[in-house]
Amino acid sequence: MNFFKNSNLAQAWLVLLLATVFGTALAGIQVKLSPVIEANKTRETMEKIPDLVLDTSMATQTATQDLIIQSRVIEIEKNGITKFYPVYDVQQKNGSLAGHVAKARGQGYADKIEVLIGLDAGGNTITGLFILDQKETPGLGNKIVEKTWRDQFINKLSDTPLIVVKSKTGQPNEIDGISGATISSRSVTGIVNTTIADIRPRLLPIPKTEETE
Amino acid sequence: MTDQPTAFERFVQGILPENPVFRQLLGLCPTLAVTNGMKPALTMACSVAFVLLCANIVISLIRNLLKPHLRIVVFTLTIAAFVTIADRFLAAYFFQMSKTLGPYIPLIIVNCLIICRCEVCASKQSVFTAASDAMGQAIGFGLALSSIAAVREILGTGMFFGIRVLPENWPDWVIMVLPPGAFLTLGLLLGLVNWIELIKSRRAS
Repeated sequence: MNFFKNSNLAQAWLVLLLATVFGTALAGIQVKLSPVIEANKTRETMEKIPDLVLDTSMATQTATQDLIIQSRVIEIEKNGITKFYPVYDVQQKNGSLAGHVAKARGQGYADKIEVLIGLDAGGNTITGLFILDQKETPGLGNKIVEKTWRDQFINKLSDTPLIVVKSKTGQPNEIDGISGATISSRSVTGIVNTTIADIRPRLLPIPKTEETE
Repeated sequence: MTDQPTAFERFVQGILPENPVFRQLLGLCPTLAVTNGMKPALTMACSVAFVLLCANIVISLIRNLLKPHLRIVVFTLTIAAFVTIADRFLAAYFFQMSKTLGPYIPLIIVNCLIICRCEVCASKQSVFTAASDAMGQAIGFGLALSSIAAVREILGTGMFFGIRVLPENWPDWVIMVLPPGAFLTLGLLLGLVNWIELIKSRRAS
């Protein structure tokens, strides 16, 4: 009896029980709320798409309903691992292809960073970058969400990988790192490089989908 | 139990005499970080209130089962569970606000105000006392956050809850919405509260 009283299990039963109860409760909440959270993210993605593929001046003139947005998933097999990239193909009402928006995620400094990358038709230049989700260090790493930093990616050519530098030397593929947040800057740039390298050969032609009239 | 404060005393003490921010200097991370506007400040205050109330009630319910050397683990576990609930709830129904607050909602887990209340009150007193203690402290925390946020938002942007209150030609004191503004405001308000206390005690004597 004394042996049992002193055993670890008898000491920690409350902790174990609470962990199980809370774990189950959180799993339930996750199951219930995650569709809502995903819907929020999808809505935000849809709202950002015009900004990411069109010039700012054009984006304000063009309402979202003037664009035809089709989504597909590009599957890439690399080193035995299959990666999935949700891609949105954006067409003008008259049928001309305006560009593509790819959703990608990768490891940041603190947690996964989720980004939207805007590309022109065929994926030759970057037309925009948006951070959907991040948990980087407040005040340092979370500056990746700021427009001034993200806008550096606009008009970069996608055939040369981008590099993060401390001070620019005039090369076209340089991205100014955020001081104090080199890892976060590199993570985002790395996600952009990998995504473009992976999906660019597969962007065109756009697979035909049945017209839903 | 005779020397422990009653439920009513606990409630009243939390609001001003033992205000978590101005008197105990607890929970300063959110106090400094999210008070650049009234809306994030109030969202934070509500989230903390929810976590504090739930954690205090749960801890008080199981207080007789706690083992002294494992109590902190139990506190942290309980707090973390409710913080995750609050975080998921905000992400589902207040998506933009959840993005604005970013990691500060998950960081409520390490808000020492909550663990302090579990230790000082909930692990020793009845559920009702623990709940009123949580309410008092939460109101005190909310008051502190909103007073700092009001000063910072009005001086920094000329607006209150996003509605313009100062004339259009008000030169926005941008520093007030930046991190230094948080320290300045907190310091000045702390000084003010202490000064009032000092005057009160001088009058009393």
